[in-house]
Amino acid sequence: MDLSAINPVLLVASIMISATPILLAAIGEMVVEKSGVLNLGVEGMMITGAVIGFIVAINTGAPLLGFATAAIAGAVLSLAFGVLTQIFLSNQVATGLGLTLVGLGLSSLLGKPYEGQKTVTLPKLDIPILSDLPAVGRMFFSHDIMVYISLGIVVAVWAFLKHTRAGLILRAVGESHESAHALGYKVIRVRMLAIMFGGACAGLGGAYLSLVRVPQWTEGMTAGAGWIALAIVVFASWRAGRVLVGAYLFGGITVLQLNLQAAGLTWGVQYLSMSPYLITILVLVLISSNRSRGSHNAPANLGQTFHATR
Amino acid sequence: MIRRTLLATAAAGLTLAFGAPAMAQDTTKACFVYVGPIGDGGWTYQHHQGALAVKEEYGDKVEIAWQESVPEGADAERVITQMALSGCDIIFTTSFGYMDPTNNVAAKFPDVKFEHATGYKREHPNVSTYNARFYEGRAVVGHIAGKMTQTNKIGYIASFPIPEVIMGINSYYHHAKLANPDVELVVTWAYTWFDPAKEADAARAMLDQGVDVITAHTDSTAPLAEIAKEGGSAWGFGQASDMAAFMTNDDGTPGPRVASIIDEWSPYYIKRVGQLMDGTYEQIDSWAGMPEGEVVIGEMNDAIPEDVQAEAQAMIDAITAGEYHPFTGPINKQDGSAWLAEGETADDGTLLGMDFYVEGITGDIPN
Repeated sequence: MDLSAINPVLLVASIMISATPILLAAIGEMVVEKSGVLNLGVEGMMITGAVIGFIVAINTGAPLLGFATAAIAGAVLSLAFGVLTQIFLSNQVATGLGLTLVGLGLSSLLGKPYEGQKTVTLPKLDIPILSDLPAVGRMFFSHDIMVYISLGIVVAVWAFLKHTRAGLILRAVGESHESAHALGYKVIRVRMLAIMFGGACAGLGGAYLSLVRVPQWTEGMTAGAGWIALAIVVFASWRAGRVLVGAYLFGGITVLQLNLQAAGLTWGVQYLSMSPYLITILVLVLISSNRSRGSHNAPANLGQTFHATR
Repeated sequence: MIRRTLLATAAAGLTLAFGAPAMAQDTTKACFVYVGPIGDGGWTYQHHQGALAVKEEYGDKVEIAWQESVPEGADAERVITQMALSGCDIIFTTSFGYMDPTNNVAAKFPDVKFEHATGYKREHPNVSTYNARFYEGRAVVGHIAGKMTQTNKIGYIASFPIPEVIMGINSYYHHAKLANPDVELVVTWAYTWFDPAKEADAARAMLDQGVDVITAHTDSTAPLAEIAKEGGSAWGFGQASDMAAFMTNDDGTPGPRVASIIDEWSPYYIKRVGQLMDGTYEQIDSWAGMPEGEVVIGEMNDAIPEDVQAEAQAMIDAITAGEYHPFTGPINKQDGSAWLAEGETADDGTLLGMDFYVEGITGDIPN
């Protein structure tokens, strides 16, 4: 074993890349769940974003346009979920699972002609002064623009939920849709917007996979990332800052265990691989045992159907 | 009433999906169970090419059906049962993890032939197993890797610690070592056959630690895409499929894919379906390689120096002619104990149960 072979600068840099897709998907899903909607279709929206982003990028040669279209595609797909669950009052769990299946099928259909092709990827930014800093520059300031956009979205979501009136309304809708409705807030409209935001973020996360992290289109390439994003939201107990920690932890442990293996450590890597899931369970147990702070911190109306006449 | 209609619709749907059982009399129906999507560009893609070759060969006399992305385990048993019920005459299950499900279902359908890829259990007379000698291909790319590495560190992205994979690791390392005595092997276990992001991460981890030639035992092209980011200072190999899209770098220089190991299942599939049709079909345990055309080395590109290309070609020719066995002694086990004496070749039984590294590989095989 030769741990000195692991370069911490490169390790942190690759963790940031590795965590970005699940960070984007998780922060979007957190907003959706904050509004009281459980959308299990994250995987489907991610992979749709991945394929649409790839197709647009390869045809136009502009990866950023690919990201924009992927966000729109994710939002449009989530709109289908929104219409079904909010207007036709279908079961959210079943509809979300259906959305995943639709996304997986649709993406493999659309992506067929693009398999095995290469695309232009996002350039690494060269920020004056910051990028040239020793170690830190390579670690934090030499990534592509999407890494910073994803961090920006986290800060924006935090500020929105905590410091704006609109954020307060969104939380109110998630905590008690009856009360929010009685106060005159448009519960369905708020939830629709939240669902579309979640879809757009998942689309961006998927596009990050196909345009930067891997970068190519392969059928089924999200391989469960959407489910990890859902786990991160629970792990984070619905707080933006903890979503960031969770995503970097989940992404980081994968990268770390592969690096440890490459450095020659063979014992215990399986345990390290499963640790994020164990930590999630542990966090759930701890949170739910702390009754004084309200169990789980989950939005009280999470997953419940709302109809104004009831 | 509604429930009955639903059931009828579902039944009709299943019949459509797997073809009408009534037609099984005139045509032979060959069915395939895939572990990944056909579009993986690797393992499953090649099996599907084999399936299409069967259709091409026999035309209207055969009908083919397949199901993609079937998880190993209980789901596989359900899918295989469904196929057997829907009139498949021969079912190819194309991943190691389908071993027990295949045998379980075979017990219930004695008239259906089952063919399990890469396994060793034939518990019923209607179960055959088939595999390809991938280690022959690993030997050739191992030689190329040993010659091409600048850092003397070569990498192997391993999937699961099964004999199949360990055989590949040993063959790859042994021939790299023969070509370059200073070479050091880094093995990374991904614990998946197909997860492009994780495969890319594994390649990245090794590249960050100075590995410059990587071969993968996973199914997607992601490791090559990751190697491509190094822009010509690292190389890899196409795995299972040719992966020719990675033949040239973005700047037009050759690489990152310098050669490939192609699984060519068509000869086997055509042979077995043909035997089933003309009545000569028997239970077998097939393990063919380069001589039968089941393991093929894809075009070597110009990133490989000419003399190395010639050496690799000579090795391919020798293996194809049956003159050279990649596991020819002297080879010691990792602990230094003797395994093969000078000139001795490994027997198939040892290879198929291989649970040890050869001498010089560091690290342990996870259990």
